[in-house]
Amino acid sequence: MIWILDITMLFFLVVCAIAAISIKDLLSAIIILSAYSLIMAIVWVEMHSVDVGFTEAAVGAGITTVLFIATLARTEGRSED
Amino acid sequence: MSGMIDIVYAEYNYWIYVTLMMIGFYAMIAKKNLIKKVIGANIFQTAIFLFYISLADVTGGTAPIIVGHGGEHAEHAADVIYTNPVPHCLILTAIVVAVSTTAVALALIIRIYNEYGSLEEDVILAARRKLQPEFSEHARQKGVAEVSEQ
Repeated sequence: MIWILDITMLFFLVVCAIAAISIKDLLSAIIILSAYSLIMAIVWVEMHSVDVGFTEAAVGAGITTVLFIATLARTEGRSED
Repeated sequence: MSGMIDIVYAEYNYWIYVTLMMIGFYAMIAKKNLIKKVIGANIFQTAIFLFYISLADVTGGTAPIIVGHGGEHAEHAADVIYTNPVPHCLILTAIVVAVSTTAVALALIIRIYNEYGSLEEDVILAARRKLQPEFSEHARQKGVAEVSEQ
């Protein structure tokens, strides 16, 4: 475990989580959630959990984002909070 | 006090996981927008995954793939420390379940939007009270059964 990389990535993780829930534009929130998933995948590969890492990169950052954007295309992209 | 700092330093992954979990929990409870609630649920889930993967990590361990099996490094095979692979398998399953629950939640959100024309929780609840008076504040005070009799 490379602790300086670990701490940097965990810091970005918290920043992305706070940004994803506080931003008003829903498309931006979803893209930030995708970045959050990708950073999480990096943290896991760095903790020697490679299988979970690439599953998260493909499924968490890929499929989930597609599902969210497909929902957004059928509803409205603006949030009140 | 230095013991406390040692604990915070040694277990920083766990502090981050609790922080992320609380961020997700706050979004699920306090945000009015339904998609924001699903985003909060996703953050909550990945926080639990982070906890499990941190639990599986061993200091000085390597990825759980057999090193030097029958190859040129076969004499070192007994010296290698591996991280625990069992939580990895659990979380691999849990990621797939997380995507399924997200897909079902988003399908329900599309259905709710087609019915009520909004994703804001308070707007949906107000429209629902107008459509079905037994869910109004008045009915809640008098009891649902009495109002539906009238």
